[in-house]
Amino acid sequence: MKQISRLLAATAASVVVALVAAGCGSSDTSTPSASSSTGRPAPPTLTAATAVGAGEGELNIVVWAGYAENGSTDPAVDWVSPFTSATGCKVNVKTGNTSDEMVTLMSTGQYDGVSASGDASLRLIYGGDVAPVNTDLVPNYKTVSDFLKLKEWNSVNGIAYGIPHGWGANVLAYNPAVVTPAPTSWGAVFDPASPYAGKITAYDSPIYIADAALYLSKTKPELKITNPYALDETQFAAAVALLKLQRPLISQYWAAYTDEVTSFGAQSTVLGTAWQINVNLINGEGKVKVESLVPSEGATGWSDTWMIASKAAHPNCMYKWMDWIVSPKVNAQVAEWFGEAPAQTLACAETSDKNFCDGYHATDAAYANSISYWTTPTTDCLDGRGAICKDYSAWSQAWTEIKG
Amino acid sequence: MVAPTTQPTTSASRGRSSSVSSYLYRHPRLRLAGLLSAPMLWLVVLYLGSLTIMLVAAFWSTDSFTGALVKKPTLSNFHTLLTGQVYWVVALRTLGIAVLVTLIDLVLAIPLAFTAAKVVRSRRLRYALVIAVTMPLWAGYLVKGYAMQTMFINNGVIDWMLAPLGLKGPGLGLAATIFSLAYLWLPYMVLPVYAGMERVPSSLLEASGDLGASTSQTFRGVLLPMIFPALIAGSIFTFSLTLGDYIMVKIVGGTTQMFANIIYDSFGVANNLPLAAAAAFFPIIVIICYLLAVRRTGALDNL
Repeated sequence: MKQISRLLAATAASVVVALVAAGCGSSDTSTPSASSSTGRPAPPTLTAATAVGAGEGELNIVVWAGYAENGSTDPAVDWVSPFTSATGCKVNVKTGNTSDEMVTLMSTGQYDGVSASGDASLRLIYGGDVAPVNTDLVPNYKTVSDFLKLKEWNSVNGIAYGIPHGWGANVLAYNPAVVTPAPTSWGAVFDPASPYAGKITAYDSPIYIADAALYLSKTKPELKITNPYALDETQFAAAVALLKLQRPLISQYWAAYTDEVTSFGAQSTVLGTAWQINVNLINGEGKVKVESLVPSEGATGWSDTWMIASKAAHPNCMYKWMDWIVSPKVNAQVAEWFGEAPAQTLACAETSDKNFCDGYHATDAAYANSISYWTTPTTDCLDGRGAICKDYSAWSQAWTEIKG
Repeated sequence: MVAPTTQPTTSASRGRSSSVSSYLYRHPRLRLAGLLSAPMLWLVVLYLGSLTIMLVAAFWSTDSFTGALVKKPTLSNFHTLLTGQVYWVVALRTLGIAVLVTLIDLVLAIPLAFTAAKVVRSRRLRYALVIAVTMPLWAGYLVKGYAMQTMFINNGVIDWMLAPLGLKGPGLGLAATIFSLAYLWLPYMVLPVYAGMERVPSSLLEASGDLGASTSQTFRGVLLPMIFPALIAGSIFTFSLTLGDYIMVKIVGGTTQMFANIIYDSFGVANNLPLAAAAAFFPIIVIICYLLAVRRTGALDNL
């Protein structure tokens, strides 16, 4: 025992010494470049490529699971091998599990590109990790849906930073056998007196705060919420308060889509936010039948963008990949495999299920514009009110608080 | 024994190795260095090194927009953690869960280990019992997690078993988390307790009975003091493993979150390594306090 306590003491001592050393060391070496930033500075000045040359023979990309299939998951699902044979670029795929992980991976500088969602893309742009994209060098960009081009999550001051890939809405799913009448508003998941209390689900991510903000923007106009990702002190507090009221109603916060599929199947959950792919999977299992809709207030959603790293070692291969992934046939394959609307308008003619695009409202601009796409909340409000908004780290701390 | 052609090499290598060993015999310090350099390197570089980096990072912060580390000493992470009510609530909940899991495992492990060590006469049956207890360790963590989910989920196995009695299971939530963790860590409690029980001479228990002690007196006065170090050893496992778990609560916890979720989410979701590092102080402090308290009881002296 004496030895153990001596070991404890030695450990503690070494930690203290290390702390002191690090404290002294870092005070004179660190020169945080961005800590002085108030509001949002301009992104680092980087220029887009002017020409695409021959491929470099290799490509390293960070992707969402299912975006770069080479047949190893399902032999029939493969659009990476044909790309390699067509361009000579051998593709190394690194799957990112969350937007935050993708930002971290891209900051290593070891990758040529990334399929970034809107809650990662701006951080990549302002962090200087990705470069503008010369869309003229991506021939298939011309026929990408216009309502996805030059949006606030994939461009800055009219400069494109990526190629739109696909998008989807977070829908309100419900079990019509239990939930009657059918809900028409997100109010169904926020009503403290809901008859379905304890059987409601919500998405387990700080970005879900935007769902509450979106609902409040329609039901509490006095808060003047114009963009659910740009919330000042009062608006943010209102959204957080609404989610705290919602917590007792929740059966389970889902992070992995399979969790939601299971809990709807077991009827632990009968109502809540979902992705269309989850709804399809639940109905495919056949245990329960689930309906989905975009309620009257509109919906949040995601829109993914292929971006090229500012220090890409294989820029030509990355440009070839960006063109390949939005080519009609490949974009249709990805969209069907993943369960989202393809960005490429011509993809709809290439899907194996001819009703696929209708189901996902792929070319319906009105539907697409009714979606508030995931965007990184920043101190500098996205709706241009100045530096009075809550940033993503405040969002994630509030999310911990909401879950209690 | 050895083919003639290989004999010269064998004897040569034997000669070399014996000269090495005699050299080491004459140089005790070198001998010690040879023995300990690998484990010490492991301990200092990988174990203490990573721990130190983490603890140092607790005093950094991140740039709120790009998420880049700002290596400037600050106490803001600790301020956030100490002033946020939610962190206290979750910390206390986690401690409560760890204590309950440990108690459940103790209650299950003592009779089980006693049966295996003292009641069962057949050596073969005894080993079969011990192997049965360790069996769940052969299955993956997630497999067990999702198995517990099918047990506790609405209309799951537990609901189905309780239905004839007109009862309903607790569903996914805090109770399911506690039971699932107790199930998961049970072998870590049973094995040390079994080893402790085996070391208690049966003659002592018999003597206690012969001298007129009741069963509960024998248990409290003779058995319990002798297996106490084993119980402590088991509880260190169940307590610390529960304190650090964040996956089971995601699978069966419903809306519950534990302290390790805060650490994980701070890093994995919010990309705020410094806050995660600062939060990691909590389990470290709790475990050190626990070990010091255990030391006070004297239970570690016999280990």
